[in-house]
Amino acid sequence: MTREAVVTPPVREVPVPRLPERQRAPRKPSVAVWKFSSCDGCQLTLLDCEDELLAVAGAVELSYFLEAGFSSDGPYDLSLVEGSVTNEADRRRIERVRAVSKHLVTIGACATAGGIQALRNFGDVEEFLSIVYASPRLVEALGESTPISAHVPVDYELRGCPITRAQLLEVVLAFLHGRRADVVASSVCSECKLTGNVCVTVADGMACLGPVTHAGCGALCPSYKRGCYGCFGPMESPNLPAMIGGLNRRGLDDGSVVRLLRSFNAAAPQFQAATQALIEMGECPT
Amino acid sequence: MGSVVIDRRGFELLIAALQSRDYKVVAPTARDGAIAYDEIGGVSDLPAGLTDEQEAGSYRLWCRDDDALFGYAVGPQSWKRYLFEPKTVVFRAQRVERVGFVRAGPSDAAPRYAFVGVRSCEIAAIGIQDRVFLGGSHADPHYRARRDAFIVAVQCGEPGGTCFCASMRTGPRAEAGFDLALTEIVAGDRHEFVVEVGSSRGDDLLGQVPSRPADSSDLGAARAVTDSASERMGRRLDADGLPERLAAVLEHSHWDQVASRCLGCTSCTLVCPTCFCSRVSDTTDLKGLEATRTRTWDSCFTLGHSYLHGGSVRSTIRDRYRQWLTHKLSTWVAQFGTSGCVGCGRCITWCPVGIDITVEVQALLAPLGPGRPTVSPGAGAPVEPAAPAEVPR
Ligand code: SF4
Ligand code: SF4
Ligand code: SF4
Ligand code: SF4
Ligand code: SF4
Repeated sequence: MTREAVVTPPVREVPVPRLPERQRAPRKPSVAVWKFSSCDGCQLTLLDCEDELLAVAGAVELSYFLEAGFSSDGPYDLSLVEGSVTNEADRRRIERVRAVSKHLVTIGACATAGGIQALRNFGDVEEFLSIVYASPRLVEALGESTPISAHVPVDYELRGCPITRAQLLEVVLAFLHGRRADVVASSVCSECKLTGNVCVTVADGMACLGPVTHAGCGALCPSYKRGCYGCFGPMESPNLPAMIGGLNRRGLDDGSVVRLLRSFNAAAPQFQAATQALIEMGECPT
Repeated sequence: MGSVVIDRRGFELLIAALQSRDYKVVAPTARDGAIAYDEIGGVSDLPAGLTDEQEAGSYRLWCRDDDALFGYAVGPQSWKRYLFEPKTVVFRAQRVERVGFVRAGPSDAAPRYAFVGVRSCEIAAIGIQDRVFLGGSHADPHYRARRDAFIVAVQCGEPGGTCFCASMRTGPRAEAGFDLALTEIVAGDRHEFVVEVGSSRGDDLLGQVPSRPADSSDLGAARAVTDSASERMGRRLDADGLPERLAAVLEHSHWDQVASRCLGCTSCTLVCPTCFCSRVSDTTDLKGLEATRTRTWDSCFTLGHSYLHGGSVRSTIRDRYRQWLTHKLSTWVAQFGTSGCVGCGRCITWCPVGIDITVEVQALLAPLGPGRPTVSPGAGAPVEPAAPAEVPR
């Protein structure tokens, strides 16, 4: 063997045979956005990303279905679903959305956990209707607000109330390029530490749900010296009894703990189980 | 290189000399109710006249009755933040027409740091991370590029309520691992620093500052500062034979007991000056023309840390707490030849529910049997019942 024969090509340049750009991408992926019961906050996040998405020289074909309208044009490569299911029409529509979607990603606390409107799950909807509305008959509502995953299979859930722009872009990019999204499910505490926040629980004695809450906001509230409100819902392995014990020892009574946990993610299974257990112990008003 | 004495003005000149040599000077500063490291412009940015009160799950700042510049223990995070940054770009790759992917960067030059106010436990922790990042056959280039920081140590006079360096034999007096080491002497009108020299570049820098040679009474006063600190450690831990003793209690029921209190929140690992775990993720830009590989701090308290195909090996908080404690105090020794704990107490102070490594070890190692002291569910929780917590609104 000659000396030259063992010389290896530089490893940093991996030749990949490529076709010209136009032939490589014959069809743009179609992305549909669907709204169910929600405040539109997550869609606003999406609108906020549009510059980036459209900058990809039309990388995606974007269709919005803002209200109850439904177009049977499909199928869609990716459906982003905002909102929870709160009435019979929603329930039927989400099944049709699923049927025309290759991938279905739910965005935000409403779609992933039922949202703030799931507070109704703990009360009597008939009673609310009679008190709040002049003509309760005109309101068509189910007794509970439920997440999309309670009705159809969901491929990916993106948390937050609202979702964050960076995570939404990351999920869409991951989908476009066929890779795994860089989104983690550890606690907000981990984001506080990455950011360099001084912990408001330890240094100020504030109530903070960060230890049981899913990361994703970049520890926004603690960065502004507020305790976490839990708007990303439960983290991957939340220890609610330990969290409640900690809050109690810092002077928060069970009633306050229930109010803290019953907000945007009140009906997330772990949060709901914890508040129900506290109420069943009979030590706090509902 | 004998010890010298400088006064407060001399200390200001010392910081200015570092800055004139293009060092980015990082030191303790008061912010958000704690004393945390940050870049400083000068000595006036230091937390003069402040001290800290640390307990399990609790940290408070108080005023001192003197103007000491270093009258407190270590704060929320360590120098790890600067040497092993929370997020690092490992490399970028660009797609190039007809060539494929070409590596591009990272091109960022490492900052030239001077760390001022490095405590003995932290020097020990840096020594431990040196073994982790530089010791094996693959030295970490990112860490290595930052590791040349100029180190001005400060000998501890006010151990924190959660400090136990004396038990771990890592403090409170630093004997090596610094360029200069200061002992602050504050008594009446006297405000001076006894300075020990640990390197030739330290000696060189000190040459730019007016000083007088330290006499035996200065050296005695400096020694007395750390001797007294040793006596006032907030915590202690019987470290003898810990690796073996802990390896013998892996199935102890107390692990379940801690797991019932532990939030699995990762705080203890991320504030620890020796924990080194990270995760690596790949992202792409919009057009798919550039890929970035990023390293981000991770913790054995996340499910991702032990995720193999199909699930996490350490699925319960019990498994994860046990991994953490036994890695720090037991298996680290087999892996790197030192303990993974230097007794800085951060994991105790910054645990949101005040879980205390020294208390848990004691409970795990207490002799089994009917007479075994039990730890109540509230143990390790902050002792102060405190004013009602502020509820976020
Ligand atoms: S402020 Fe809240 S989220 Fe941040 S570390 Fe403390 S407890 Fe965790
Ligand atoms: S552990 Fe020791 S060296 Fe570290 S801050 Fe406390 S007293 Fe100082
Ligand atoms: S385990 Fe705790 S006390 Fe030990 S070095 Fe880490 S943070 Fe400090
Ligand atoms: S204790 Fe956990 S986070 Fe720390 S170095 Fe060990 S495995 Fe990593
Ligand atoms: S020991 Fe404390 S800081 Fe560590 S994970 Fe458990 S609750 Fe969090």
